Amino acid sequence: MSEIVIDNVGKVFGEGGGRPFLAIDGVDLRVEDREVISVVGPSGCGKTTLMRMVAGLEHPTSGEVRVGGKRVTGPGPDRAVVFQQFALFPWKTVRENITFGMRSRGATKAERDAAVAHYLTLMKMEGTEDKYPHQLSGGMQQRVAIARSYATDPGVLLMDEPFGALDAQTRTIMQEELVRLTNDNPRTVMFITHSVEEAVYLADRVVVMARNPGRIREIIDVATTRKAEKWSEEPIDDVMEMPSFTHLRGQVWRLLREQMGSDI
Amino acid sequence: MSERLPLWAWSAAGLILFFGLWQGAVSSGAVSSFVLPSPLEVLERMWKLMNQPFAGALLHEHLLSSFGRFMGGFLLAAVIGVPLGLMMGRFRLLEDIVTPLFEGYRYVAPLAWVPFAALWFGTGIGGPIMVIFTGAFAPCVINAYRGARLVDSYLIEAAQTHGASEFRVAREVLLPGALPSIVAGLRIAAGLGWQSLIGAELIVVSSGIGFVMVQGQSNLSPSTVMTAMAVIGLTGLLIDIGLRQIESRVRAKWEGR
Ligand SMILES: Nc1ncnc2c1ncn2[C@@H]1O[C@H](COP(=O)(O)OP(=O)(O)O)[C@@H](O)[C@H]1O
Ligand SMILES: [Mg+2]
Repeated sequence: MSEIVIDNVGKVFGEGGGRPFLAIDGVDLRVEDREVISVVGPSGCGKTTLMRMVAGLEHPTSGEVRVGGKRVTGPGPDRAVVFQQFALFPWKTVRENITFGMRSRGATKAERDAAVAHYLTLMKMEGTEDKYPHQLSGGMQQRVAIARSYATDPGVLLMDEPFGALDAQTRTIMQEELVRLTNDNPRTVMFITHSVEEAVYLADRVVVMARNPGRIREIIDVATTRKAEKWSEEPIDDVMEMPSFTHLRGQVWRLLREQMGSDI
Repeated sequence: MSERLPLWAWSAAGLILFFGLWQGAVSSGAVSSFVLPSPLEVLERMWKLMNQPFAGALLHEHLLSSFGRFMGGFLLAAVIGVPLGLMMGRFRLLEDIVTPLFEGYRYVAPLAWVPFAALWFGTGIGGPIMVIFTGAFAPCVINAYRGARLVDSYLIEAAQTHGASEFRVAREVLLPGALPSIVAGLRIAAGLGWQSLIGAELIVVSSGIGFVMVQGQSNLSPSTVMTAMAVIGLTGLLIDIGLRQIESRVRAKWEGR
């Protein structure tokens, strides 16, 4: 079981030197096992900081984060992160990048080869296994970063604006792929995004944050509507024109727009 | 003026002029060959030293024993210095602990270690190796440290969140990330190490190019001293060319990544 429990978490930056800055204040959030949540909010509201605390890359100054019942004290392969900057290893090939996390848990060569073949086929990137990241387009690099995290087989997948750098077309493909991947192989996902459409399309629940200090403004349920309206059976463009979708999107929009002076 | 000479032509012209003037100065009798042996004398002496044992061995055997010591000290400096530098770049605490000691050590000339090197490791192979080590160590550490600091912190975090141990982070992220800087450091280290070695050989050992120089001096043979100097310079140059090749290859491979 890989549920995330964020238990009254606060984060102050610059304690002991510099001016202390309250980035996150009293956040309570429970993400169920195999649930997908997206996080939206004006920039600087602490989305990345919150995710980094779940990843164990940052430590809460109050409260605690638990994953699968265990307190998070540092990073681990049970919580793979897809970074906004891709963070592929430039000196490793596509194959070596995808299997990086698998090697941490001692996967055999046969398993690794199978995973590379599986993900490259899935992501329509056959024949690129021996290329280096700089030889790939931004969209392909992002797919490799996602494959690397998936192949690690983490209970929790943390994604920080993973599609932010992509053009609209690639982005749509990646969104559909993510839905397919999470359907085929469900896991707990925390997905940060700037795009309200993306947040509503991908998640079971959308967490809307507010800033100064960073906190949760509201949580909007999407899963019930998605199931009732059978979103997963339609192409993404059609879903985004369905009244059920535009209604939820409007709801998230209003919550964001009411935050004065925010630049979403 | 439209036809410009290529750069190598200028270099060649400079060398010919230099050695020509030198040879001329000695041949014409303006300078005594006892004060300054001419280039031709040096070449002749070199040939002789290669065919007739001097100070117990042939010239290239002396060179080989110097080079062996050099490789020993240089590799030891790299094997200890590079991981230490990488770890200093990775862990702030280690950096804080090591830096003051290191800053002090850096400014002690490698030759100042010769008495202790001889005392601790003897005058055979251990002492000279330690002297080269002290010469080559600092650039290994500094460049590995700088290189590691420049590695994108996201790459380290990506490795960690995909389960990499500290050892794997060092070997698969810090080391390749810092490689261009490390190789540049190794080049500097090799130069300093080679210089320190000759210095050490002047004082302690009983074989090697530095020893040939000392013996040449006490035999009142300036052409032997000059021959040894030429061999030192040429070998240093070859080591540098070799490492420069590696450096540019690493750079070319890392370019644009
Ligand atoms: N390491 C840090 N040191 C100091 N302040 C930080 C640090 N990381 C983030 N912050 C601050 O915390 C706030 C939240 O940042 P972040 O989590 O990146 O927001 P978001 O991802 O929502 O844009 C911002 O005001 C940012 O400047
Ligand atoms: Mg962010």
